[in-house]
Amino acid sequence: MTSSKSTTLSRSLDRVFRGVLGLLAAVSGGMVLLIVSYLVTGAWPAIEAGRLAAFFTDERWQPGSARDPQFGVVSMLVGSLLVTLLAVGLATPVGVASAVFHRFYAPPVLERWNRRMLELLIGVPAVVFGFWGLMTVVPLIVRLAPETPGQSLLAGGIVLALMILPIVTLTTQAALQAVPRAQLLAAAGLGLGRARTIWAVALPAARGGIGAGVLLSLARAIGETMAVVLVCGNIPQIPDSLFDPIRPVTSTIALEMGYATASHKALLFCAGLVLVLFTAVFVGWHSFRRQMADTGTGGA
Amino acid sequence: MSFSADSSTRTATRSGWADRAFGFAGGAAAFLTAGLFGWIVWDLIRLGWPHLSWSFFTGEVEDAGRQGGVGPLLISSVLILVCCLVPAVPLGVGCALWLSECVRRGSLTARLVTGGVDLLASVPSIVFGLFGMVFFCQKLGMGFSILSGGLTLAGMILPILVRTTLTALESLPADLRPAAAALGLTRTTSIVRILLPAAMPGIVVGVTLGIGRALSETAALLFTSGYSVRWPESIHDSGRALSVHIYDLALNVANGGPMASSTALVLLALILIINAAAVMLSERWMRRRYHPEA
Repeated sequence: MTSSKSTTLSRSLDRVFRGVLGLLAAVSGGMVLLIVSYLVTGAWPAIEAGRLAAFFTDERWQPGSARDPQFGVVSMLVGSLLVTLLAVGLATPVGVASAVFHRFYAPPVLERWNRRMLELLIGVPAVVFGFWGLMTVVPLIVRLAPETPGQSLLAGGIVLALMILPIVTLTTQAALQAVPRAQLLAAAGLGLGRARTIWAVALPAARGGIGAGVLLSLARAIGETMAVVLVCGNIPQIPDSLFDPIRPVTSTIALEMGYATASHKALLFCAGLVLVLFTAVFVGWHSFRRQMADTGTGGA
Repeated sequence: MSFSADSSTRTATRSGWADRAFGFAGGAAAFLTAGLFGWIVWDLIRLGWPHLSWSFFTGEVEDAGRQGGVGPLLISSVLILVCCLVPAVPLGVGCALWLSECVRRGSLTARLVTGGVDLLASVPSIVFGLFGMVFFCQKLGMGFSILSGGLTLAGMILPILVRTTLTALESLPADLRPAAAALGLTRTTSIVRILLPAAMPGIVVGVTLGIGRALSETAALLFTSGYSVRWPESIHDSGRALSVHIYDLALNVANGGPMASSTALVLLALILIINAAAVMLSERWMRRRYHPEA
């Protein structure tokens, strides 16, 4: 057992094991680079041919037209942004209010069960949300505004808002949870009422966490495909009202990749690249901040 | 967690219109959230339940999905899941082990890998689909197949596995490692025999969450595992997952609604069961870990 031979053996075994783990880690960490490089490869024909300018100068999106192909992507970018902002705008007040209720008003049992419910709901497939929106939300909108098709910016915003609502609520709840108890007690000691404590102490202290949750849900919403492709109507145009159909970038990729060829295909890859950049900025910033915070507490 | 409901914050002055308004608005929001999700579940049960039968689970897809069942799709979904987990679990667990046991936390390499995994988590699923199509289907020549779809999903659930395993490893008692070293165990033995078994509950939770995520994914499978509704004979065949079936019925098949509802109900039930298992497992495990006396 103690012979130097077996020690050397176990040392080299250790080294091999570490090497294997390092390799697995390198593959995991490097996969995102592989993805981006293949997106760039796919998009390269369009970039090389200087087609990117067409993205912003062409007025319409009709890539299949043989006579006059047009690749204007602005209307779809606007669609993506509008539907995302609408969803976040709808979900944030509801999510924050609901988190405040469960933290400061509801009995603990309710809070616990509510958290379990939300954790379950985060996993509901996007395609199920989209399908439900098509079966229920769209007909409701038609009843509300009879002369419209129902599949619209509004429908997409509502369905997306439902999808991100659990994320916003859970992150807000966690942020409120993390507010130091001493601060709340101090507020009570100063004679502040509950409403005043929430408004002047708890919410400001939890602002950072709530903001991070909103950012995460923003990234989630803008990259979402299935929930929007079924309910937004898929007409590439800049909407005049909430009831107009739109077509977000993600829907375009899902709908057209199946038959796209040549430059059309390359442009869809460009669209994918734009999406990745968008979400990477949100999430990358969040990850950077968290790691900074991690090392900060680690060094203290 | 249990002091979330400390009485001090709840028994603060309750009078005043502002307090009542806050309580009312918050209660309304909470009720709205629960109500809306109850509505979704109720709608799916109402529309989907009548078509559910034994033959729905075993039968073939007929008339573009308007008739018949989802038998082949269930098999395809399971096969996709297997192709996803086989590479993803070793990658995710290995990556977490490396981050927690082999490098200093906060070092440059650790930060690069963590950042890479976080960015991977942010990639939209449709973009995973694009990548899977060029890389697995075309570059590696796997074509539209269950294998391509599974491998694409492996990349998607990797961040979940890394995160949960890492959390599990980091919450292990701090004296495990020096104790193992004091016994003269090598790094390898200590990891394989002590740390991995101790972190196993957390890894199981991660894998369960990953399964839920993989089952619910649609966009990444559209251009990788394809649309075929035949019984899959091997992982090199194209096979349609349940989620893709719902999408196809809703978007491309006139009068596909009823069968789509049934499929959605089945998928939702599966995923709720899987996620509930994950939530329960992690709660039980957390309780044991932090309150050993309980």
